[in-house]
Amino acid sequence: MLEKPIGGEKRVFMTGNEVVAWAALAAEADIMYGYPITPQNEVMHYWTRLAPKYGRSFLQTEDEISAGFTTCGGVLSGKRAFTATAGPGNILMQESMTMAEMMRIPTVLVVQQRGGPSTATVIYSQQEVTMTCFGGNGEGLRIVYSTCSHQELYDYTIKAFNVAWKYRFPVFVLGDGYQAKMRESLKMYDPATKGIKMVETQPSLGLAGVPGVDREPSHLRNTYNTEEELCEVVTNLVKEYNKVVPEVVEYETFETEVAEIVLLGHGIVTRAAQAAVKTLREQGIKVGHFRPITIHPFAADELRAICKHAKKLIVIESAQGQFERIVKEAIYGESVPMESYFKPGQGVTGEEIVEYVKKGL
Amino acid sequence: MSVVPNMPKSWREETKPHKFCPGCGHGLVLKALGEAIDELAIQEKVVFGCDIGCSLLSWDFFNCDSVQTHHGRTTPVVTGVKRARPDRICIAYMGDGGGYAIGAQHLVNAAARNERITAILVNNCNYGMTGGQMAPTTLPGMKTQTSPYGRDTDSMGYPTQGPEMVAAIAREGAYVARGTVANVRQLKRYIKSALQNQIDGNGFSFVEALSGCPTNWSTNAQKTWEFIEKEMPQYFKVGEIKTPGKKGE
Repeated sequence: MLEKPIGGEKRVFMTGNEVVAWAALAAEADIMYGYPITPQNEVMHYWTRLAPKYGRSFLQTEDEISAGFTTCGGVLSGKRAFTATAGPGNILMQESMTMAEMMRIPTVLVVQQRGGPSTATVIYSQQEVTMTCFGGNGEGLRIVYSTCSHQELYDYTIKAFNVAWKYRFPVFVLGDGYQAKMRESLKMYDPATKGIKMVETQPSLGLAGVPGVDREPSHLRNTYNTEEELCEVVTNLVKEYNKVVPEVVEYETFETEVAEIVLLGHGIVTRAAQAAVKTLREQGIKVGHFRPITIHPFAADELRAICKHAKKLIVIESAQGQFERIVKEAIYGESVPMESYFKPGQGVTGEEIVEYVKKGL
Repeated sequence: MSVVPNMPKSWREETKPHKFCPGCGHGLVLKALGEAIDELAIQEKVVFGCDIGCSLLSWDFFNCDSVQTHHGRTTPVVTGVKRARPDRICIAYMGDGGGYAIGAQHLVNAAARNERITAILVNNCNYGMTGGQMAPTTLPGMKTQTSPYGRDTDSMGYPTQGPEMVAAIAREGAYVARGTVANVRQLKRYIKSALQNQIDGNGFSFVEALSGCPTNWSTNAQKTWEFIEKEMPQYFKVGEIKTPGKKGE
C-alpha cells in the first residue's frame, strides 16, 4: 500500500475533477460515496482509480439521495467521507445536507455547477448558489467556498475537510463545469509540508465500550416534540454557527481602495472581473473588484466598507441574480447604486465586462 | 414496591415504558430484536438506525449507539456506516412506507449489492405516524384515510410483497424472511438468523414483521389480533423466503 499520494510539492496540469480527487486523497479522505452526473463524473473516475492504492474506499450508490445519506453514515462513523454532484443531483442531496446541518455532521460536498433549471445543460453555470447556500428546510447553517481556479479547488477541498471537522457544519466546495473540465496548471502538495495538519476525526456512532455499562449510548436525534424544544435547538445551532463565521469568512479585493466602480463576482467570474479591472485601470478608469471566497457566510462588513466610497456596484454572475440576492441582503441599507450583468448558464469574459463598464460611464 | 418486567439486557430501562401506542406491534418487534441482540452478545457492536414514522420512536430504545435518519433514508445511512466501519453490526429499522415506498430504491439496491446490513421492516398496512394513510402494504378493500372507500386494486394496485421482492433481487448469501408479532418466538428466530447472517458476512439480511396498528385501524384488541392473524397472512405469507445456501421458493 502506498503511503502518501503526494510527497512535497508537485506542479501538474490537469482537469479540475482530477484535482478534487487528488486533493481528497492528500486530505486523507477515507471514503467517497457518489452517483454519476455531469460535470462531476471524473471526480469519481479518478478517485476509483487512485483510492485502492492508498487503502481508501468508494461506493457507487443508487442515486444522490443515497450518496448524501451514505456520506452522513460514513462521517458519523468517524471517517473523512465526501461526495460530489451537480444540478439535479445537488437538489437530491439537499435532504441529507439538512440532516448534516441539524445533527452537526461534518460532510464535505463538491458541487460542479451545471445549467439549470431542470436538466438544462451539463456544461456550466452559477445557478446552484441559492441551493448550495440555503437549499434546505432550515437556516443555511453551512459553509460554502466558491473557488475560481484549479489551485483553489485543490486548496479548498483540503480546507473543506478541516473546516468541516473543526466546526462540525457541512462544508461545500462550489465549483462549476468550466473548472471541472478545463485543464490548468497548479501546484499539488502534501498538506503537512505547508504546515497544514488534518483535523482529527471523531466517531459519533460505534464508539468503544458497552453502551449502558462502560459508557452512555450515543443516541442521535433530529426529531423534536415541541415548538419550544426545536426553537431552543435551532437558536443554539445558529449561535454556534455565528461564532464560527468570523473564523471562516474569506474574501479578496482588487484595487477597491480608490475605486469608484466596484465589480462584484464570485467563482470563476472573478477571473473575468480581475482581467477587466486590469484593462480598465490601464485606461485610467477607477474600477475595483470584490470577490467573496466564502459565498456563505458572506463578508458583509468588508463589502459595506467598500460601499461607503464606491459610486456604483456592478454584480456580475452566470445566473439571474442568485448572487445579487446575497449581496443585497449583506449590504441592506446602503445607498450606493447597484447594476447587474446576468448571463444565466453562460460564461462571462473580461472583454464584455470592460465594454459594459465603459458604456455606463 | 414496583416490579420491573423482564426486559432484554440491551434495552435501555431509562426510556421505558416506551412511547408507542397501546397495542402497537413495534414493542414486540423491538423485544424480539433486543433478545436477539442479547443472545448473540453483540450489543457493543450494534449501530441502530431508525426511520421516520412510528419507527423513529425507537431512537433511544436500546443501550446501543443509535441514529434517527429521514423518512426512507435509514438504509443508506446504515449502509454508509457499514461501508466505513465493517466491524459494526448495522441495523436499519423502518416501516412499510419507509421501506417500500419512499425508500424502495434504497432497499432494492442495498439488496442488489448484497450490503452486509440487516433491515427490519414493520408492516402494519398503513402510515401510522401521519394518521393512517394508505401504504404500499394496505390490503385490497382496506379503508384508510386516503382510501376511505377501501383500497381499489384497479387504480391503486395490490399490496407490495416486500420480502418476495427483496428475495428476487438479492444474491446468494442473503437472508430474507417474514415473521409476525403473532408468533414472537419465530420472529425472534428470524431476526437472530438475519443478524447472524450479517455477522457471518454472507450478505444482505431482511426481515419483515407483520404488526398491528389499533390506533389507525380503529380496532379493539380482539379485532386487531384477528386482523394480524387472519387477514394479513392471506396476502403476506409468513416464513423464511431465502436463506444462504438455500434457493428461494
